[in-house]
Amino acid sequence: MLIIDKDACIGCGLCEDNCPFDAIAVVDGKAEVNDNCTLCGSCIEHCEVEALSIPRDESGAIDLSAWSGVWVYAEYRQGKLAQVSRELLGIGRTLADKRDTKLSAVLLCADAADVPQQLIAAGADQVYVVVDPALENFNDDSYGAALEDLARKYKPEVILAGATAIGRSFIPRVATSLNTGLTADCTQLAIGDDGHLHQTRPAFGGNIMATIMCPNHRPQMSTVRPMVFQAPEPDGSRTGEIIVEAIAADRLASRTRVVETVLTEGEQLNLAEAEVVIAGGRGLENEEGFSLVESLADVLGGAVGASRAAVDNGWITYPHQVGQTGKTVASKLYVACGISGAIQHVIGMKSSETIVAINRDQNAPIFDVADYCVVGDIFTLLPPLVDKLKERSGKE
Amino acid sequence: MNIVVCIKQVPDAKDVRLDPETNTLSREGVKSVINPYDRHALEEGVRLKEEYGGTVTVISMGPPQAQAILTEAISCGADEAFLVSDRAFAGADTLATTYTLAQAVAKAGKPDLVLCGKQATDGDTAQVGPGLAVRLDMPFVTCVKKVRTIAKDVLTLERMMDDGYDVLEVDLPALLTVVKEINTPRFPSLRGMRRARDYQITSLTAEDIGADSSRLGLGGSPTQVVSVFPPEKKGDRTMIEGSVAEQVDKLAEILFDSAFGA
Repeated sequence: MLIIDKDACIGCGLCEDNCPFDAIAVVDGKAEVNDNCTLCGSCIEHCEVEALSIPRDESGAIDLSAWSGVWVYAEYRQGKLAQVSRELLGIGRTLADKRDTKLSAVLLCADAADVPQQLIAAGADQVYVVVDPALENFNDDSYGAALEDLARKYKPEVILAGATAIGRSFIPRVATSLNTGLTADCTQLAIGDDGHLHQTRPAFGGNIMATIMCPNHRPQMSTVRPMVFQAPEPDGSRTGEIIVEAIAADRLASRTRVVETVLTEGEQLNLAEAEVVIAGGRGLENEEGFSLVESLADVLGGAVGASRAAVDNGWITYPHQVGQTGKTVASKLYVACGISGAIQHVIGMKSSETIVAINRDQNAPIFDVADYCVVGDIFTLLPPLVDKLKERSGKE
Repeated sequence: MNIVVCIKQVPDAKDVRLDPETNTLSREGVKSVINPYDRHALEEGVRLKEEYGGTVTVISMGPPQAQAILTEAISCGADEAFLVSDRAFAGADTLATTYTLAQAVAKAGKPDLVLCGKQATDGDTAQVGPGLAVRLDMPFVTCVKKVRTIAKDVLTLERMMDDGYDVLEVDLPALLTVVKEINTPRFPSLRGMRRARDYQITSLTAEDIGADSSRLGLGGSPTQVVSVFPPEKKGDRTMIEGSVAEQVDKLAEILFDSAFGA
């Protein structure tokens, strides 16, 4: 629990102001904690007189020195290596170099083709490959058991995976089986001076960033959103070691079976790879309002994006959602119309080259990430803007 | 069929925002609601019960005020409700949470099917469903958008993938996490509300679920939050000001150049 040193406490109230959960308050000049406390540590961070602490029992710590090497799970489905796996080899390289250790990729598949070479070209020193017909289609049981068994055998200190449908499904299984920590949707990764992996992700309703560590357990595991890190240019001259592993048949047996895979890539890929994205949020007020965004996208030849609010309200379907629980885009132009800019949304679009935000609330956080800010009414601005652009593209 | 639905109380996302002056979360007027994805899990549980028979038990781990969402779940068709609440749970990360929930699920009965929302909107980790399945030694499928059929202890369902969807068969007992596309949750019925009014929620403490205290809460959590800070702001930005006509002119220029320019 949270310990308050009443002698050190000066009753300044910084803890109260910074508690996201209304769990600490100054009563009679001293801080007092209540049942709402989640032990998030925000108050400790802000206390200037070190009056607050959360004692930890470190007795369960394992021998950390037995674990070394950085692993990247190489996601391979339908004959394609996921782009996020290349991106992870980029950041993985940085982490491995800092730790002075090897960077390895893990490939689970029914047919490896030339993927191990691709992974080496992208920065891996080693590739662990499991080829088995049981791995033909992604399923949590077989993939989870395979990665778990490899991790137990080779003891990597870090395992990174894409925060994709596949990664977000079976990586939590692996972490639970290995009895270790897992941090979802990291946006920054670094090795601290303490040698631990510092994993940063949005937290507490998404308006605060939190740095999370897993100091006494190994491996340290993270999932990372696509398009957060840069993929290195492939270097065909790199050499590396390919280690072929077999996993026991009973471990690959699955209680789930894929009967059919239906690919509906079109719409979704367009958004993730679109050069121009016009996105709308709560400020559009209704489906009719949202159609303004669609007409602007139309005239600019762009894809339509949306905040979670717009999707939740049913103005547009989920494949258009941009943000932490939707797509990540890195477009040339991103226009945010009536989107307040909660960090969950911002994470999905902040890598865009030029960001234009239109919002009637001048304090909307979207303006903090925008290059061009328009404080104004969408319904007044958008119709003449669409007309103007139509006129212009008609001329040229 | 014995169906267990795990639900979580979360702050209503649309109320949460950052105070621009102090850079802290403004908590004024923030309501607590059932995690939106969990509503769909509950609805699916009630629908499956209506079609295949059985009971729906809802379980929530949280502070005493999480009672409110359990009462709401009863009014929406759940049969039984358990609140798993103890100060010993504070600071639990997903690993400690799945341990706690698994102990509670075992206490509440032997489920044929466990349903969860795909993630909670406060943490957005999507880790509790799969982790809980491991603890219960059940197969699991995440992001289920449709349950097609249940026949002879085999479920056939559709799971969302990044590039489309997979059709899967799963052996029961199993755990599913669901997405919003799976159904449209119903409103509480009058009969349900009457039942909820008189229903006594069962409270379970760490002791009641026979938990090993070293695996609970902060102490049972391998991950630690070491710092929290506001998201960084972008440096240079241009305000487009003036009359509507002037703003439209400048905007048209910027959009046209960015979209079609060099």
